[in-house]
Parts: sequence; C-alpha cells; structure tokens
Amino acid sequence: MKHVVIITILVIASTLLIHTGLTSIDLLPVEASAQSVEIDQLFGMYTWMISALFSLIMVVLVYCLIVFRRRKGETGDGAYITGNTALEVAWTAIPLILVVILAYIGGKSLGIIRRVDPSAMKVKVIAGQWYWQYQYPEYGVTSTDLYLPVGQQIDLLMTSNDVIHSFWVPEFRVKQDLVPGRTTELRITPTLIGEYKVRCAELCGTRHAYMEGLVNVLSQADFDKWISQQQSAAPADPALRGQQLAQDYGCTNCHSTDGSQKIGPTWLHLYQSDVELSDGTSVVADNDYLKTAIVDVNLQIVKGFPANVMPDFSNTLDQTMVESLVAYIKTLK
Amino acid sequence: MRKFFSLGLVRGLLWQILGTAIGIGILTGIRQLLGLAPWKPEPAMVFGALLGAMFFLYGVGVLNDWIRVAAGKEIQEHIDETGLGWRRYFGASLDHKVIGIQYLTLSLVLMVVGGTFALIFRSELATTGMQFLTLMEYNTLMSLHGIVMIVGILVGIAAFMNYLVPMLIGARDMSFPRLNAFAFWLAVPAGIILLSSLVLGGFDTGWTGYPPLSVRAPIGMQMFFLGISLAGFSTILGSLNIIVTIIRQRAPGMIPFRMPIFVWASIATSIISLTATQLIGLSFQMVMFERLFGMGFFDPGKGGNPILFQHLFWFYSHPAVYVFVLPGLGLISEMLPVFARKPLFGYKWVAISSIAIALIGFLVWGHHMFASGMAEYLRVPFMYSTLLVAVPTGVKFFSWLGTLWRGKITYETPMLFLLAGIVVFLLGGLTGPPNATISTDLHLTDTYFIVGHFHDTMFGGYVFPFFAAIYYWFPKMTGRRLNEKLGKLHFWLMTPAFIVLSLAMMRVGMLGMRRRIGDYDPELNFVIDHKIMTVAAFIIALGVLVFLINVFWSIRKGEVATGNLWNSRSPEWQVPSPMPMHNYEKPFEVVGEPYDYGLPGSVYVKFKESE
Repeated sequence: MKHVVIITILVIASTLLIHTGLTSIDLLPVEASAQSVEIDQLFGMYTWMISALFSLIMVVLVYCLIVFRRRKGETGDGAYITGNTALEVAWTAIPLILVVILAYIGGKSLGIIRRVDPSAMKVKVIAGQWYWQYQYPEYGVTSTDLYLPVGQQIDLLMTSNDVIHSFWVPEFRVKQDLVPGRTTELRITPTLIGEYKVRCAELCGTRHAYMEGLVNVLSQADFDKWISQQQSAAPADPALRGQQLAQDYGCTNCHSTDGSQKIGPTWLHLYQSDVELSDGTSVVADNDYLKTAIVDVNLQIVKGFPANVMPDFSNTLDQTMVESLVAYIKTLK
Repeated sequence: MRKFFSLGLVRGLLWQILGTAIGIGILTGIRQLLGLAPWKPEPAMVFGALLGAMFFLYGVGVLNDWIRVAAGKEIQEHIDETGLGWRRYFGASLDHKVIGIQYLTLSLVLMVVGGTFALIFRSELATTGMQFLTLMEYNTLMSLHGIVMIVGILVGIAAFMNYLVPMLIGARDMSFPRLNAFAFWLAVPAGIILLSSLVLGGFDTGWTGYPPLSVRAPIGMQMFFLGISLAGFSTILGSLNIIVTIIRQRAPGMIPFRMPIFVWASIATSIISLTATQLIGLSFQMVMFERLFGMGFFDPGKGGNPILFQHLFWFYSHPAVYVFVLPGLGLISEMLPVFARKPLFGYKWVAISSIAIALIGFLVWGHHMFASGMAEYLRVPFMYSTLLVAVPTGVKFFSWLGTLWRGKITYETPMLFLLAGIVVFLLGGLTGPPNATISTDLHLTDTYFIVGHFHDTMFGGYVFPFFAAIYYWFPKMTGRRLNEKLGKLHFWLMTPAFIVLSLAMMRVGMLGMRRRIGDYDPELNFVIDHKIMTVAAFIIALGVLVFLINVFWSIRKGEVATGNLWNSRSPEWQVPSPMPMHNYEKPFEVVGEPYDYGLPGSVYVKFKESE
C-alpha cells in the first residue's frame, strides 16, 4: 500500500511538471487559421495525455529500478508472481475505452476542420517542379504568390503538372498533396493578417527544399485593392503577357531564351525555323506548330530530346494564354 | 592466395561481376540484332544486375546441392564443417548458427554504412545553405540511409531468428537449411545492387520511391528497386523457413504457451513478412516496368493512378514497422525476466499481444496517406484501426512493469540496453496517437516530427534491444563475453544523445521543419536545434564505435564465459558455450514454464539421459 501512495503522488507531480515544461516551450507556430485553433485544441489534449502516460510508466519504472534493485550481498530470485488476470483485463479495457473516446474526438475534430462554407472563395492551385501558381477564377487573375482575404473560407482546388507536391502553410496547420491527373481540395479560413510561406511537404526532386512561396493574408479592403491592381496591371501587349507567363509557369526553367542548352530546346530563333523531329521528318516552326507543342506536348518531339519530360499544360493554359506565349516566342529573334 | 579464392564470398563476387558483364552484353547484342541503337544504359544495367545476382548465388555455392539433386546425384545430409574454422563464415554454410552470425555481420556492416550516410547529411544540415553536398547528393544519401537501415534491420532480425529459434525450441537446425543459406546469400548481392545506385546517378525520391518522381529519377532508382525486390525475396524465404521450423521442430512438451516469448514474436513477425513483402516488391516492379516498358500503371496521362502505388507500397511498409519492432519487443520480454529474477508478468497476454499487433498492423496502412488525396471517407476507418494498435502495445509496457515489480534487478550491460529500449519505445509510442488522429496528422505528416517519432520506435523497438541481445548472446556465440566497462560506456554515450536527438527532431518538426530537405529557411531559426542534433548524432556514432572496438577486442581477449553466465532457465544456457555443431547432444523435453524464476526447484527443460 505504501508503494501505491508514493507512486500516485509522484505520478501526479511528474505529470504537472512535464505538462508545465511542454507548454512553456515553443512547440507550434502561431495560429493563423480557424482550422489551426481547432487542431491546437487537440494538440493541447495530447500534451496532457502524453504527460500523464509518460509519468505513469516512467515513475513506476524508475521506482522499480531503485526500490527493487538487488542489494549488495543479496542472493536468490524475486517474488514468484506470474501474472494477475484482473490487472491484465483492466489495462486492456481502460486503454480500449480511452481509444474509443479518442477516436470520437478525432472524428469530431476532422469534421470541424473540413466544415464546408458554400460561399467560400475558390482559388486554383497549380504546382510543378518547382513553382506555385494560383488562379482566381472569380476575378480572372493569376499570380505566383498567394493573396488571401482574412476571415473568409478559401476553397483551394489543387493539381500538379508533374510529380506529387504538398501544400502546407505551417501557420494554417492543414496539409494536402497535389497529385497529377486529379484535383484535390483543401479548405482554409485565414484568421490573422500577415505574411507566411507555403512550403512543399512532399519530396518532389532536388529543389524540393526551395519550393516555398509567399502567402499574404490581407484585410478584405487590401485584398480587393490587390485584385483590381492585378486586373488592370496585365500588360496589353500579348508578347509581354507571354513573357510573364513563361516565367510564372516555369517554361524558362527548361527552355532558354538566349540559345543556351537546357532540358528542352531553346526558344531563341525558333519561330519560322526548320525543326527536325525524332521521327525523321522536318517541320517549320510556325504558329500552329508552336501552339501544338505547348498543349499536346508529346505529339512532335524534337530530335535529340526525350519524350515524356515536359508536363501537360493543356488543362492549365487557356487559348489566350497559349497565344500570348507564342507571341512572346515570336519576339525572340 | 588459393585459400582466398576458395572463399564462397570471393567466388560469389567474381561471378557477380561476370554475370553483370554478360547481362549487359546480351542486352546490347539483342538490340544490335534488332537494328536498334545498341547502347541503352537503363535496360542493360537492370538486366546485368539481375543476372549478376543469379551468378553470385551460383558462385557462392548455394545452388550446388539443388543442381546435384536435379541431375539425379546424391547429396550429403549432414556436413561436418568444423575443419574450416573461421572460413565457414565466408562461404555457403548450412548451419543455422553460422548463418545467424553471417546475417548479424551483414546487418552490422549495412547499419554502419547507413549510419555513415546519416552522419554525412546530418553534417550538411548543421547550418542553412548547402555546405559540401549538392542537392542530388543530399537526396541520394538521405534516401539510401533510409533503405539501407531498413534492410540492415531486416537482416538483423533474420540474424537473431536464425541463431536463436532452433536453439530455443530444441531443433538441430532449421527445417530447410539449403533454403536458409540461399535466403542469406541472396541478401548480399541485393545489398550490393542497392548500394551501386550511389555510382549510377543516385536517386532523389526517398526510400518511398513515389511515382511519378521515381519514374523520372536517374538509373540509380532502378538499382534501388531491384535491390529491394531481391532483399524482399530473401525475407519471404527466410520467414517461410522460420514459420515451418517453429511449427514442426519444437521439442517434446513445448506446447504453444510454453514457447519462449521470442519464438512467439518470431512467428508473428514472419507471418507479416511472408504475406506482405510481396506488395512492396510488386509496387517497385510496377515502377520498374513503367520505366523499362512504358507501362503507365501510375501515369495519369495513360490512365494510371499515382495513389495506387502508395496503397500497394504502404500495405507492406506499414506492417514492416511491426516486422522491425515485434522481434525487438520479444527480445525485451525474453531477457527482462532474467535480469529481474522474476517470471514474465502475464506471459499469455504478452504472447497474444504480439499476434494482435501483427494482425491489426495489416489494417492501418492508410494513416500514411491522410494528406495524399485518397478517398476522404477512407481516412476515418484508418484512424480507428491505427488508434487500436495502442491497446496491445500498452499491454506490453504494463507487463514489463509487472515483471520488474518486486524483482531483484541487476544492471549488467544487456539490462541497461533493455531499459533504454523501453524508455525510447515509450517516447515513440506516446508520440504515435497525434499521427493517428487525422486533423493533427495533417500538421505533422511529412515533417521532422515524423522523423523523430519513427526513429524513437526504431531505436526503442529494434536498435536498443538488438544491442542488448548482442551483449547477452555474444558469450553463446564465441565463448567469451563482451567487456562490461566498454559496454557501459557505449550505453552512456548512445542513450542520452539519442533521446536529445529525437526530441529535437520532433520539436523542429512541429514548428515547421519539413522532412527530406537538404536546406532549410534561415527565417525559421532552426540552426541551434540542428547543431545540437548533429552533435548528438556524432556522439551516437562514437558509442557504436566503442561497441565495434569492444567486439573486435573481446572476440580474442574477452573474459572466458562458457557457462550459464546470466543464470538463465533457457535451454541454450544449460549447455556449454559456444554451442556445438548440431546444437544439443542430448535432446531435451519441456517440463516446466519458461520464466518461472523465483519458484524453487523448478526447471524449464530436462535433458534426456539416453535415447
């Protein structure tokens, strides 16, 4: 009985001590979304659970190691105790009940962070090696940084141009992979104005570490101002728009504009030149050739370059965007 | 020199080189005949590596008996290898103890290699920016660290299962000794092929090898896929052998509930290996075929599905975690009663909990994919099944505490490592549920929190018990014991450093440090944490170095220990060390419970005086 009293006191003391320790050091980034508040509540519960269970096992363990150690000159074995069915049932049943409660809480928490607001603002997210690209279909705006209004649910509709990426802003807590060939969805309600970073969380190749982008949470007024700036700032000249698109969509990562050798053929002097294809034929790089090369990437493979390397842009670039890109390529003489 | 070339390992390696060259030649020749450009590196290297592995097996000699049987010739049933001395360990031996020690050596070699990779990229992470590695080198080393350690652990488990299981159940050998040798020697070329990826362009995908990234990676990727497929085949054959041996070869009187607990853990882990390993082999071969033959299994452009790969991959790779830890936890339960001088508390519950963990482990793979984009409703049942694993795992912890309660505990080196295993596995266990509930996992997945969590489970569930087992059974293997002072130094270097390392990993992970990155944002202020982790990693390495020095020293100069050093009831300690060629000269019968320490006059086994 003496053992039980001492251990109970030590377990309670240790639980409080560890919990105080864990809550007094920084363990989570600031809460910048409605979802993060809910998730942090569950983390808070886990902090208690971990403090208590760690203390329970460790106090009993250390107590045994000290009190039941073999003392100098002692011989013989310990007490002959092979088990205790009541105890075994208890420490199977109690954790089972705790697990059921935890499962209920976990399910409820998931429901809250996935709650759908039908008036959510839609933003299309397109990722590729190694860039982020955002489209605001309600406003006709595209951007390489993410701008979001505070206090409104955002419905991110996401896809990838090449390999799997993952959208994660630590301050928002939630995370979702972007998978080529399908659209995944993530709902975020930003609650704190500020600058954050989206960090790709799924290994996507060598430059994965640097696949970070700015996320700006603005007041509704500032967001509206940004949208109207974007709408008016788009250059009237298609060639200039094309130059912007070539950067935003990462075209120039593989296609040089100065004649240097990269993963894909260079764009310098490309327009109206003779292009030799891998099937032995030769075509003139006119308007139609260039458009096809952008949207149906494996139809005409230039000799000396492998197929299946360039991502499929047919879903991400609309007709005017393709024409702008072609207009830009025409200027590279 | 002739003696050198008569070693099976040397002949195997020479044949492997020959086989690889022939394979490359055949493929290039066929392409020439078909009028294609003759040199296409990827299919040539894959075919060459595959043929090289087969030639290795022929060269080392594990196929000889089967070839003789196929040709209708007689083969020897019991081979006396005692005249060979140390050279037995470098060739095809059929003795399960030799094979066990061969596995153990291979495991240590692989883990030293994998650990060295970790030290290299851990140094790279000591500060922001890239210091001395390129991003591709970083990714290759990080990926290889993961997979080489995994293979090293699988091989280490095979080591103890091979060495101990026949001894613990009173068998002369495994049920299929030739298959046993074949399975071991298959792991050697598999390891070589895996490591050859280092010089064939590397691969940048992590050990998970998710397509489409793995479809685009350099040829090193194929060596990774092929090496793992072969290593997986080796594991499947090894586990089949263990299951049959345990079912068929137990000593009289050894009913299931009188088997040593490590035997329970071995059968639980072998059931998983036998039935799930196919899935990782399959998923990797599908990517191999996608690369070689353009089969678009996982290519959405051809109607494939990248998420299908993840299901196939994790269907093995999650249960694999239990393949790693069940034997380790079994080792803890096996040795703890000896040092507590008390019966294992709730023997039947501990035995059944291993089987329960193995079975539940099959139903939880989806928790690796909560953010993957799989059907959203599927996440909920996977959350429930994952949380359920906590119950049988809890039973193990409570039973260990029950075993220590009112014992007479002594603190030799194996016991220290057992206790470290319990504490570290507790840290890994308690940080598990936050990854099981979906909403918290959406923050934690793919961060350093996961890295810290699974290093805790691997070290607590495997590495510490593995070292405990080496310190404990080294006298059985060699007749000498490892030096206690060096053993304790090893323990005190490794344990605190490891706990600091894993806790620091979890902290930076929660604050925003992603997994698998060679460089990190200076704005996150993680430099101090990473410096601490790097120093801790080197202290762990120093501990392992002390251990290796101890092994090399003690093998020749260690204190002679031929008797029942730990005062154990287990049958292998009732006969002198090292164990004779065909184990027990007199067969034994089980007449009592395995762990009845403290019951005066009782024994576990009784040797028959005459047949």
